[in-house]
Amino acid sequence: MTTRGIPRRVRGAAVAAATAGVLAACSAPGGGGTGGGASADSVVIGVSTEPDTLSPLLGYGKDGNSKIFDGLLAREADLELKPALAKALPEVGDGGRTYTYTLRDGVKFSDGEPLTAEDVVFTYRTVLDDKTNNTAKSELDALEEVRADGDDKVVFTLKYPYAGFAARTVLPIVPEHVAGDQDPNTGSFNTEPVGTGPYVLTGWSKGEKLTFKANPDYWGGAPKVKKLTMAIIADDDVRATRLRSGDLDGAVLPPNLAATFEDDDGRKTYRATSYDFRAVTLPTGHPVTGDTAIRRALDLAVDRKAMVDKILDGAGRPAYGPLPLDDDWFAQDVARDRDLDEAGRILDDAGWKPGKDGVRAKDGRRASFTLYYPSGDKVRQDHALAYASDAKKAGIEVKVESGTWEVIEPRMKSDAVLAGFGSTGDPDFGLYTLLHSSLAGDGFNNMARYDNPAVDEALETGRRSQDPADRKAAYDDLQRALVKNPGYTFLTHIDHLYVLADRWDGPTTQTEPHEHGFASGPWWNVEDWQPKK
Amino acid sequence: MTSLPWGAMARLTARRALLAVPVLLAVTFGAFALAAASPFDPVKAYAGTAALGADRETLDRLRENLGVDRPFTARWWEWLTSAVGGDLGHSSVMRQPVTEVIGERLVWSVLLCAVAFAVAVLLGTVLGVLAARRPGSPLDRAVTSLSYALEAAPVFWIALLAVWLFALELDVLPAGGLTDTGSEHVTAGQLLSHLVLPAGVLAVSQLPWFTLYVRQGVGDALAEDPVRGARARGLSERTVLLGHALRSGLLPVLTLIGSRVPELITGALLVETVFSWPGIAAATVEAATAVDFPLLAALTTLATAAVLAGNLLADLLYGLTDPRVKLSEM
Repeated sequence: MTTRGIPRRVRGAAVAAATAGVLAACSAPGGGGTGGGASADSVVIGVSTEPDTLSPLLGYGKDGNSKIFDGLLAREADLELKPALAKALPEVGDGGRTYTYTLRDGVKFSDGEPLTAEDVVFTYRTVLDDKTNNTAKSELDALEEVRADGDDKVVFTLKYPYAGFAARTVLPIVPEHVAGDQDPNTGSFNTEPVGTGPYVLTGWSKGEKLTFKANPDYWGGAPKVKKLTMAIIADDDVRATRLRSGDLDGAVLPPNLAATFEDDDGRKTYRATSYDFRAVTLPTGHPVTGDTAIRRALDLAVDRKAMVDKILDGAGRPAYGPLPLDDDWFAQDVARDRDLDEAGRILDDAGWKPGKDGVRAKDGRRASFTLYYPSGDKVRQDHALAYASDAKKAGIEVKVESGTWEVIEPRMKSDAVLAGFGSTGDPDFGLYTLLHSSLAGDGFNNMARYDNPAVDEALETGRRSQDPADRKAAYDDLQRALVKNPGYTFLTHIDHLYVLADRWDGPTTQTEPHEHGFASGPWWNVEDWQPKK
Repeated sequence: MTSLPWGAMARLTARRALLAVPVLLAVTFGAFALAAASPFDPVKAYAGTAALGADRETLDRLRENLGVDRPFTARWWEWLTSAVGGDLGHSSVMRQPVTEVIGERLVWSVLLCAVAFAVAVLLGTVLGVLAARRPGSPLDRAVTSLSYALEAAPVFWIALLAVWLFALELDVLPAGGLTDTGSEHVTAGQLLSHLVLPAGVLAVSQLPWFTLYVRQGVGDALAEDPVRGARARGLSERTVLLGHALRSGLLPVLTLIGSRVPELITGALLVETVFSWPGIAAATVEAATAVDFPLLAALTTLATAAVLAGNLLADLLYGLTDPRVKLSEM
């Protein structure tokens, strides 16, 4: 395949070059964007989705890597927090209820105005305002008040001690003198942002591309990659084709398409591990999926390794819980193998006896439930079908159906759903909303309506305790409690694959969350790349 | 040629403009009613993927802020009154004023449609005349069967086929977009090379109608008395064909021009989507799936106006070329 592919690409390039010669006026200055010998100071990247807005007030870049903006803090490649607009990590006081940040000196917005503590206060207050249509406002639920202390100090007061709060302050800071006079929901700041970040937006053709140029006065040093283009190409095959033709330098691709670039000398494939899990929600309210024996049997019956190999082409890892295997917070002892015999024993002991049609039953109720997956999502469809086939071997019938979210949402209470979530930053971010009983059925939070006092307690301890050892112990307990009563069957963590032209030193990948659009991929730190000599 | 009947033309235009008012009112009202009845949730469309992780309170707060629960009649009236005052409102899905969305995109859609339409009319006329000259000849058969085949082919299918052939297999034309991805400015040369495929596909999808109409019209005219008379007078075949047969054969084509405009807009919608052409089509699709009332209403108004204008144009041309038709009676 590849040996045939390369000559064709070369021939194609020759034709393209000839055409470019004929239509002389067509070539762009510097020839930027064409593969092979293109210069290293510009990069064109193909992504599948574009942001709805570029205003952090409505949620853009809330998890960092926003290119145009900086937060008080940022993340290293290993997701450790590091100071950005703040001079240092925050001072935590009052038993974990106040966080004080001192601002870096001499930081200017790209319009030349200096950054002040008032900009920080304005940003957080606007996000917290009920009138602002920010979808992630609840992430700052712990925040009681934010105030400026002089020109360069900001003090956050929390409603309760919250260990994960520092990780929330990667939220990008917007300039009050620009955004302050506008309605945050409809103002032009949404499409013409001004920030302190390494890049400045130069154009946004909706649905086509966003273009950025390097901010020469960036406080972290002017980026070496001078021009950054994010092309929006929803279709995976089209993205791969345009990458192959040299129109793109890099792209996010599904595993099977990324594999076609493996032997390409001019391009490198990057594999980012992730918190992005696929799991089956087992609604507590349903008499079958709410039964602990059924849940445990399903958990033991699924062949996670086969799912990784067959569905994900090896680009993923088995999920033994919401946290991935390589996470610092992962409890090593919860990794477990498939055990169909044990699953059968658990069901027998609980009174689920094999029926004539191979489906077990208890007190006249068949061990059967419906599993929905969002239509059009091939990966979830494959997971759902594999899950149903594994469950059948344990004598549990899973009827797989598909639907749009409009169809699925009203059924989440009683039917299982092939869900996908996963947040980076702090274990609290993903776990609390997924598992805490107080959030059962609250929008898309705790979709299974999971209710386990032991888990609730561990979540509270993990959230409020300041001592990392206490937190680790709490999250270990939580993961073990989840094995004893698995209200979700966690299946896999999905790796995200990227292909990028090999013209720079410095591209790496972070461990990524479920959402992986703009801020993820090897270009998360494009501002730090160095052209290869 | 005698001078044009400006007065009659102006009166017809004014009459049609008056008639357009109730039509536009009804169409926008219908658009609001349909959008309100659609199964799409505007809150989810607004929040995008973030909605799939949001809590109930956030979703409720957005619902309240966006005011999506008010009856559509009230929202229609509100939109109408501010639109009459010149304010087309704010597009919630594009996060931009509606005028800005349309202003940025309309020019590209108009360019695409105009080029495609001109190509279709001119090429269709040429092919039609050539085919009509010798009915039953190999050329006539080829043109006619090709026309029927193209008429039956869905435009998005032709578009995908064109992308596959010209962009992937031959690699001679770009597969989509307005310019090369890496370039920042829209240059004439780039625009031209990026316009060829979408405009070509759109033109090809309209071509058979004009070809077949012209062929029929000219064919019929060739058998009529004036043409026989012209031949009898010893006029050259060229003069007979172009001066007599084509002139009277073009009459039905004029009506066709007007009635093809809606089809052209629908076709442009699909073509723009396939070629990532940043015109109003992509905006229309998004507005519809996101139940974005202001944008949807403005785009519907625009499309309706284009169709009405197309009909008016056809009638004016008809009145001018056919002495039997009086503008004042239309």
